[in-house]
Amino acid sequence: MAELTYRQAVAAVLAQEMARDDRVVLLGEDVASGGVFKTTKGLRERFGPDRVWNTPISEQAIAGAAMGAAMAGLRPVAEIMFADFYATCWDQVANEIAKVRYMTGGQVSVPLVLRGANGSGGLGFGSQHGQSVENWAMCVPGLKIVSPATPAEAFGLLAAAIRDNDPVLVFEHKALYGRKEEVPEGEHVLPLGRARNVRAGGDVTLVGLSITVGTCLAAADELAGLGIAADVLDLRTLVPLDAAAVLASVHRTGRLVVVEENPGQLGWGTAIAALAAEEAFSDLTAPVARVSGGNVPLPVAASLEAEVDVSAARVVAAVRAVLKYGQPNHGWPASRQGQSRR
Amino acid sequence: MGCHTVLAMDVPDGLELYSRMCFLRHFEERVDVLYRRGLIHGPAHLGLGQEAIAVGAASVLRPGDCSLGTYRGHAHALARGAPPDAVLAELLGRAGGICQGKGGSMHITSVEHGYFGSYAIVGAHLPIACGLAWAAKIRHTGQVTVCFFGDGTTNIGAFHEAVNLAAVWQLPVVFVCENNWYMEYTPIADVIPVELPAADRAAAYGLDRVVVDGNDVAAVRRVIGDAVTSARNGQGPSLVEAQTYRLKGHSAADGAAYRPAEEVARWRGRDPLLRARAALAAAGTTEAALDEIDSRTRSDVADLARQVLGRPVPEPSGAWTDVWSDGSWQWRN
Repeated sequence: MAELTYRQAVAAVLAQEMARDDRVVLLGEDVASGGVFKTTKGLRERFGPDRVWNTPISEQAIAGAAMGAAMAGLRPVAEIMFADFYATCWDQVANEIAKVRYMTGGQVSVPLVLRGANGSGGLGFGSQHGQSVENWAMCVPGLKIVSPATPAEAFGLLAAAIRDNDPVLVFEHKALYGRKEEVPEGEHVLPLGRARNVRAGGDVTLVGLSITVGTCLAAADELAGLGIAADVLDLRTLVPLDAAAVLASVHRTGRLVVVEENPGQLGWGTAIAALAAEEAFSDLTAPVARVSGGNVPLPVAASLEAEVDVSAARVVAAVRAVLKYGQPNHGWPASRQGQSRR
Repeated sequence: MGCHTVLAMDVPDGLELYSRMCFLRHFEERVDVLYRRGLIHGPAHLGLGQEAIAVGAASVLRPGDCSLGTYRGHAHALARGAPPDAVLAELLGRAGGICQGKGGSMHITSVEHGYFGSYAIVGAHLPIACGLAWAAKIRHTGQVTVCFFGDGTTNIGAFHEAVNLAAVWQLPVVFVCENNWYMEYTPIADVIPVELPAADRAAAYGLDRVVVDGNDVAAVRRVIGDAVTSARNGQGPSLVEAQTYRLKGHSAADGAAYRPAEEVARWRGRDPLLRARAALAAAGTTEAALDEIDSRTRSDVADLARQVLGRPVPEPSGAWTDVWSDGSWQWRN
């Protein structure tokens, strides 16, 4: 075991995969000098300019070049510095990369990774640098979606993404980059499509992803003090989705609270809630609750940001409301708990 | 079968080039007829009048070189050697389509022949062409990528991002603007602040201003051939503006009434097939020999259409394959 920060884990796994497979090449803005989040630190020095390519500020060119190189048999890893910037190259991602294999009847594969910093986490990056945007990608067939919650996951899931033969979007959380934890030694590879049961409990299922796994765990600690045992699931990947793990947990607990950082109006949690409604209806003893980012662009002042970001307190309030379902004055819907407006 | 050998990738002489252009002309005219009979499912954008660019450029490429085109891509695929029956089956939604029925007219692709696809979002394939060229540069393969696009593409951001990247990275890619003077229904002059859409933008990327008569197959061969050689020799990208004219509308549904009759007549006089015929006749080829090529390719296409129209439709289950590289489509367990 080695202790690594989340950002060091990203750099370490990129180095591991580049050493292992000379088809792996990096491109992106500032990647040659280590990247603004230092996730490619030392790689240009170690692997040279033929493996690590600085680009202009041209996300369409970055994503498109990655696609072309992947069709030619390389395994490019392109950095999209802030996930918000996917909006500037969405044609490449949603119309080209996701679809070219299908549209050509399987004539090509696109084994590429697009990775970068996602999410709010209370850092004050605001509406154009602080969004959680996995949900943008989740409605496009042909894209795999990975969101690591820990340094070990950042390492293992990125390794799997690079080795995967299909396009994978890896959403690293910028507020987790400094988090330090043990990462297994050796070729640590985590399979895509396998959720992790982080904490066992029989009263309610909390489903999180990326930073909200930590939110769920903090809430679970608080709930334990109230005598409520939460089962916490870290989805790890949205596509492929480990639906079986969600359904199995809901079968055990009978209650589901989904915790997502993106705005709730069409967040990834809607898919999880629909899954439970469609396939676990008879297991549910209360309606599903969702705790999500506010349905507003992300504000910057810390007090405003905290008002709309998810928090453990809001998760606790939602869980308590779910548990009170059916009792008089239960305060439904649970999603409204702990937030003045949604 | 004749329609296969017509487009074989051997070293072409003038008659061979003429023959290839005739085949493309008859192919597209047949597609137009089939479209008007309601047999093409979805839109079709014809390359009528632009044959010299497809044929001339393909004739300077080697196996292993890559090319990419737009939704007006039938000719570019066929010119690289894509099997015409599979292309036509794709247009007609019949079994054995080159994209298994999942691409249609706008996405004709034949990777086996180096044709890495037809892209229906204007400008999208220029960055992708950069990626193919980038891979060749990294691996020192000597492969060249040629990317065809229309005049309207020069106004979209992806054009500028891609040409800039290619120039900065010195990629072995040749960008070929097929300037047919209309972005869809609008004269290109109405929407650019310069005279020529591609050539007058080249200087912004440190590239030479290259213009070629796109209706003269010999000139296309010479100019694009030079650009390809330069790319192959490690001298970086080129931006070539090949001036041409489409004989029909933007798509098969467009009657192109917005074009002045005098202009259409003038360009009909510059038809690349007529030009090739005249050049060959001047060099001693008999009218009879040229007529024979014309009628042979016409009947090849007629045979082809009969054969493909007799095919069944694809099995519906085919809709559920090829999302992922293992062949499956499932997004969850």
